[in-house]
Amino acid sequence: MEEKTRVSGAEALLLSLIREKVDTIFGYPGGAIMPMYDKMYDKHDLLNHILVRHEQGAAHAAQAYAQVTGKPGVCFATSGPGATNLMTGITNANLDSIPVVFITAQVPSGLLGTDAFQETDMISLSMPVTKWNYQITSAEKIPEAVAKAFYFAKSGRPGPVLLDITKDAQIQEFDFHYKRIKSIRSYNPKPTLDKNQVQQALDMMSQSKKPLLLAGHGILIANARDELMEFVDKTKIPTAVTLLGKSVIDEEHPCFVGMLGMHGNYAPNKLTNEADLIIAAGMRFDDRVTGDISRYAPNAKIIHVDIDKAELNKNVKADLAIHADIKDFLQQIVPAQYYTCNSEWRQEFKRLNEMEKEKVIAPELYPENGHLRAGEVISKVSQLTKREAIVVTDVGQNQMMAARYYGFKNPNTLITSGGLGTMGFGLPAAVGAQVGKPDKTVVLFTGDGGFQMTAQELGTVVQYQLPVKIIIFNNNFLGMVRQWQNLFNDKRYAQTTMPTPDFPMMAKSFGIESKWVRERDQLDNTIEEMFSHEGPYLLEVSIEKEANVFPMIYPGKAVDEIVLHEDQ
Amino acid sequence: MKELFTIIAFSENHIGLLNRITIIFTRRHINIESLTVSSTEVKGIHRFNIVVYETREQVEKVVAQIEKVSEVMRAEYYTNDEVVSREIALYKIPLKTAIEENLEQLLREYDARMVDVQSDFVVIEKTGHVEDTEKIYDLLEPFGILQFVRSGSIPITKQRKELSTYLNELPRDEYA
Ligand SMILES: Cc1ncc(C[n+]2csc(CCOP(=O)(O)OP(=O)(O)O)c2C)c(N)n1
Repeated sequence: MEEKTRVSGAEALLLSLIREKVDTIFGYPGGAIMPMYDKMYDKHDLLNHILVRHEQGAAHAAQAYAQVTGKPGVCFATSGPGATNLMTGITNANLDSIPVVFITAQVPSGLLGTDAFQETDMISLSMPVTKWNYQITSAEKIPEAVAKAFYFAKSGRPGPVLLDITKDAQIQEFDFHYKRIKSIRSYNPKPTLDKNQVQQALDMMSQSKKPLLLAGHGILIANARDELMEFVDKTKIPTAVTLLGKSVIDEEHPCFVGMLGMHGNYAPNKLTNEADLIIAAGMRFDDRVTGDISRYAPNAKIIHVDIDKAELNKNVKADLAIHADIKDFLQQIVPAQYYTCNSEWRQEFKRLNEMEKEKVIAPELYPENGHLRAGEVISKVSQLTKREAIVVTDVGQNQMMAARYYGFKNPNTLITSGGLGTMGFGLPAAVGAQVGKPDKTVVLFTGDGGFQMTAQELGTVVQYQLPVKIIIFNNNFLGMVRQWQNLFNDKRYAQTTMPTPDFPMMAKSFGIESKWVRERDQLDNTIEEMFSHEGPYLLEVSIEKEANVFPMIYPGKAVDEIVLHEDQ
Repeated sequence: MKELFTIIAFSENHIGLLNRITIIFTRRHINIESLTVSSTEVKGIHRFNIVVYETREQVEKVVAQIEKVSEVMRAEYYTNDEVVSREIALYKIPLKTAIEENLEQLLREYDARMVDVQSDFVVIEKTGHVEDTEKIYDLLEPFGILQFVRSGSIPITKQRKELSTYLNELPRDEYA
């Protein structure tokens, strides 16, 4: 039994965080949250606070921190504008199922509902984009609310939660006593796997000649990479990944057949519609993955395993819907499993992927002339980092290229904005990733547009001397939108071109080492220089202005209508 | 095919939960025909009774989303013949027409009653199925309806296993 101590709400909050094993907070102070920052002054040695340059940055950083460490991220913001600046980051974490505990301050409870200075109704605002939220108006509610917040954020399908704490609740004193939560009666985060369904899955597998495994983010969240690999090694089933599922399998594994979706690889998309069995593991059949859903996987029986019951039969009707933790499912099926996929089916993936290699990948990676291309840069970075880096991306062409060409190896090494597709995610996420894994190489690939959305976080990079390697692909275009204008709007490039600042000069003004590469013959040296430099480094690469990302499933098309180039 | 479904959700009694549940409908452009919230036979547990006119497929998905809300214990949906449901409707009629026309007989025939009489109007109450309260509306219309209000439908399910049994079996919150 722990001793009770009389403390203020602000201190209770910090003590509660410490009890939840939090050691890092991303945040930004302001009027309503001052009591908490004041108490933090005394807890410097226990709580490391990263002061960002904009609250959106704190939110993205906290999420990336959660992704690389496996611990929930924690984020502080003051009431009003501080809190509303978090909204994009909260939404991003929600769509990508990342556990982040957002703590916003609120005006004193007596002023609630009066349009007081810097009052916003964060509970209503964040309701559709949080897993749970709660307003605390008296100090003694703090321990239980924090305990619940962490429990909800981490367990089941993880997600962001928000605690909104009035200023008076931070100041009030009470007898602090903390208990962590073990279970909540209204909430069942761990469904029990129905063993009969494992047998049914085995039966369906034994009937299948052309099975395809779709591995999603859920496997990373469930920490089930080992189980997945055992399953794949035993069954030899061709394994495709979603964007957020990248890094669940070493891309050099013989059963890896590529990425699904709009800019995924040729073979897994094409052959989705030939497969006679799809095993969807911890993925949610997002529309970017399925293309035209009415023509998705017409020949396949579908086994869908997900921890979130609401995902089952939501987008794609499953023949066998298994409500379970994917780790439990894999643990059960691996020992029972006797089935091996035939090699002709795997050869078909090989054949189509060879086509993609010849038509798309080789010209991207080994261009003989013309401007630099994103793919060759990413490939060079991949070689130099031995595929061991944590890769962070922004959104747009840079993101798709990084996902396509880095060649992921270790789990949780791609940090990218999937569900929301948030431009401006990259730099702050790189900050969070580097804070979470100080000894790892963190590489950010970003576009000139997205970089400018949150570029102020260069200040954070410098303040904490985070050795992130930033690569800006400058095409002087909002590239991905320009690509659509090129393909679907007759090259009417409406509002997609913008002059860019001198990025190296900008970096230098922050005190960050930087170079600008325009020519192919400067590339290798400069990349090597970047990685041998100890601190942060910003590399601007001028790339082909009108390069398009291919293959592509055009909007409204079926997955097997994926094209390798625009005249196809 | 769309039909009437009654969705019943059991939850903790927390501020803001109503909002969390209704946005599940508004996001999908589903119109709520009626919504009532009440306490239950189990202390501290509240129930939401929501009637919608929708396809079964949509209702299934919505119910899954409701059940996903952390503070909801259980959500289920029922067709009309799986529940006994009732609502109250009140009708305000001018006294003048109420006296002139033969209101008494109508009320007797349709099992409605006069619950208040004032110097210039009367208030009539009808409890029953939605169809019943609507039927009376049509019949009262010629009298001149000054005000009409209904409570929204409250359902009792016909199934054998009472939900309270399930709710009582739920473990209590546990702390480490
Ligand atoms: C916050 C936000 N605004 C707008 C968009 C729409 N959008 C998607 S990709 C893109 C272009 C990105 O351009 P850039 O950052 O230069 O990257 P590139 O595609 O050229 O690699 C835009 C505008 C978005 N995803 N996020």
